[in-house]
Amino acid sequence: MTLLRWNKPQAAGWPLDEINRLQQEVSRLFGRPLLRSVRPTLFDQWAPAIDLFEDRDQLVLKAELPGLNKEDIEVSLHDGALTLSGERKSAQAETEGSLIRSERFTGRFQRSVSLPVPVATDKVHAHYENGVLTVTLPKAEEAKPRQIEVRVK
Amino acid sequence: MNALTQNNAAGVPVRQENHEDTFARPEVDIHETAAGYVLLAEMPGVAREGLDITVEDNQLTLTGRRAVEPATKSEALLRESHGLDYRRVFDLSPEIDRDRITAGVEQGLVTVTLPKAQRAQPRKIEVR
Repeated sequence: MTLLRWNKPQAAGWPLDEINRLQQEVSRLFGRPLLRSVRPTLFDQWAPAIDLFEDRDQLVLKAELPGLNKEDIEVSLHDGALTLSGERKSAQAETEGSLIRSERFTGRFQRSVSLPVPVATDKVHAHYENGVLTVTLPKAEEAKPRQIEVRVK
Repeated sequence: MNALTQNNAAGVPVRQENHEDTFARPEVDIHETAAGYVLLAEMPGVAREGLDITVEDNQLTLTGRRAVEPATKSEALLRESHGLDYRRVFDLSPEIDRDRITAGVEQGLVTVTLPKAQRAQPRKIEVR
């Protein structure tokens, strides 16, 4: 069994907390935080960061999911809500050796987003690049803004 | 360090997109094997061109700059990503062979392999 060592400053060979010291020193010099930790969590569970954009013809959702295979990501649409889910195998399984620092999430993730407008479900498509999943959802015809010609008599 | 971050009325730094001096810290896993260390850093949005790895003295600096997205006319309904570039600095233990450090990136996950120096061969020193 491999024991995980966490934040052991006196461990020879990998003083990772030097970076915290550096960070604090620089913050002090410039009066503001230099590096920000932006851990994607929701009540301490893996909840990938999601952005949702709307333009005239479509909705676009982006989710940050680094280091996955696209086969491990599921996207489904049901009742006006888009659900993303998937799984990352544990860090130990991916690489040999012992894990001496573990900050990345492993295991399952799932997030659902309610869509504000109806979409053309058969035209929804997704692609995964640079660890970002982009789902493009064209709006259903009735949801697009329409120009109505008004005849003035 | 040049431009200052703008603070809002409460004196809290306002998040700025890709501001030169503000970076996000990528999450890392570090594995140790007999041959060396493997560092995995999460930098979604970063492609090979945006990745910069430098070793100076005994520090390793990982910097990941996101691919610039074309500006669109869309409205953000939900915005949870920070949109910042990434940077993290590590101290290297002396056993790491700096000349043999290699790195790659795939789907926003950066892998840095840091081999330990091979044991030096015993040298015979001539006595004059």
